[in-house]
Amino acid sequence: MKLIIAIIKPFKLEEVKEALAAAGIEGMTVTEVKGFGRQKGHTEIYRGSEYTVDFLPKVKLEIAVADGVAAKAIEAIVTAAKTGKIGDGKVFVVPLDEVIRIRTDERGETAI
Amino acid sequence: MDQRVAAIEAYFQNADPSASLKVGPKDKDGNATIPAGLTTPAVGVAGPGHNAWMMTSAALVLFMTLPGLALFYGGLVRTKNVLSVMAQCLGLAGLVTILWWAFGYSLVFGKSFNSPFFGGSEYFFMKGVDSAPNTDYAAWVSQNVFAMYQMMFAIITPALIVGAIAERMKFSAVILFMTAWMFLVYFPLAHMVWGVTGLMNGVWNGTAAIKAIDFAGGTVVHMSSGWSALILCLVLGKRLGFGKTPMPPHSLVLCMVGTGMLWVGWYGFNAGSAVAADGIAANAFTTTTLATGTAAAVWALLEYIVRKKASVLGFCSGAVAGLVVVTPACGFINSTSAMWVGILAGAIPFFAVTKLKPLFGYDDALDTFGVHAIGGTLGALLTGVFTSGAVNSNLTGDAAKANGLDKLVAGGTVWVEQLKAIGITLALAVVGTLIIAFILKAAIGLRPSVEAEQEGLDLTDHGEEGYIYESKS
Repeated sequence: MKLIIAIIKPFKLEEVKEALAAAGIEGMTVTEVKGFGRQKGHTEIYRGSEYTVDFLPKVKLEIAVADGVAAKAIEAIVTAAKTGKIGDGKVFVVPLDEVIRIRTDERGETAI
Repeated sequence: MDQRVAAIEAYFQNADPSASLKVGPKDKDGNATIPAGLTTPAVGVAGPGHNAWMMTSAALVLFMTLPGLALFYGGLVRTKNVLSVMAQCLGLAGLVTILWWAFGYSLVFGKSFNSPFFGGSEYFFMKGVDSAPNTDYAAWVSQNVFAMYQMMFAIITPALIVGAIAERMKFSAVILFMTAWMFLVYFPLAHMVWGVTGLMNGVWNGTAAIKAIDFAGGTVVHMSSGWSALILCLVLGKRLGFGKTPMPPHSLVLCMVGTGMLWVGWYGFNAGSAVAADGIAANAFTTTTLATGTAAAVWALLEYIVRKKASVLGFCSGAVAGLVVVTPACGFINSTSAMWVGILAGAIPFFAVTKLKPLFGYDDALDTFGVHAIGGTLGALLTGVFTSGAVNSNLTGDAAKANGLDKLVAGGTVWVEQLKAIGITLALAVVGTLIIAFILKAAIGLRPSVEAEQEGLDLTDHGEEGYIYESKS
């Protein structure tokens, strides 16, 4: 099993969600986050005071998938989230040891 | 019958209804008296139209502070201090109400001391202040309404100072400072400018030493609060992390809402200062609108020229600057002059706030000095430059003839008197604030602990938070 962590532009969330649904992914967790990579921040001026805002708003998705589905899910995210401009985000993929469905105590891929 | 009709006609001109009855023998001062038995129901009662406008105006001026200024300032601070600013506005409304009832009204608008600096003791605890007009100030407005109207000015003035010292002065120190400040700075200054025996009341005091004019409070309200704000923020020191930590406004939406309320409320402040629903009020209403709209546009235009973006905070700042600068002038200038006032009001405070403050590095948190001190001083001077006898007959009234103001108006040299009034106001505000601030600093300290300031005054001074967002369960 794999845990896919994707950092994307906030306005791309709907498209990514639909692409994942089309790929058969049934659940995800979404968090509003801030961060920066190569994309620069911006400057805000309030009367005489100037502030540089380094941390930009992004959305983080966490998706647990069976090994067989991982490649398809990653493909869906990358295709849907791409604008081709700097700041599109990143996808991290990490191995997942165990998944437990709390309601039924199911474990492993059946719990995803 | 003729005399009774004349008394009613005086209502339309906001004139003294008893004037037509004064046909009796002259008293020892040479003034005509009212013969025994001659009276009319128009004397000693309030006129309904004038009273209605002044009650409306009083409510409008209160609306400027609560919630106008509280929202304007509240939006400009950080989330953790939004309630502290609002609590200070509320606290001052309560404090000043009590002071005004007990001593303030009498010290400003009494005359028993026969002094250019303080009013009198005859109205202490508002004794005798009832629904009959006080003809020293208004022939047709109930004195209790007049007292409440003027109280709203006394409330907003110290509340303006809050902007410069926001986010870093403890609540107890704010309340004690303002209590002393009202007695040492506001009450004497308001009497000097508006009291019938006041030192600088050129329009109403025939023996005024300085023939200055201030229609709605350029010196009394804006210069006094603005210069005091600068001194207090210097004594207090900068906010922790000033210049290193970003301190952007937490909600320009609240700030914009507050600005709109200030603008609307300001009609009570400026047009209400005619203390009548008359032609002078109508002129003040018009000049206020023209100068404010122009100043808002000019400020934003300058922003666009300097950095290619017109900001909401820029429009708001320009509008408030326009309101401040036109305040002393609104009842004395014509509409053409109001446009010039608006242009200068958009430009000069803009440079004070965006260039002067970074140059000197003082932490005037919400720009009380840049807008109110610079704007108030500019307004007091421009009032002298643009004043026109054609728009306000009081500039050539009996008192103005007695002290010579009418000749200064005709000769265009009122600005010299305005400079004297500016000097006295500035000196009183600076010295008064220095004395109070240093005594308080030594006695109880002005600032919260470092931990409290970092945590935010909402929690540490008031035990509550402005925004609590909990996920739904």
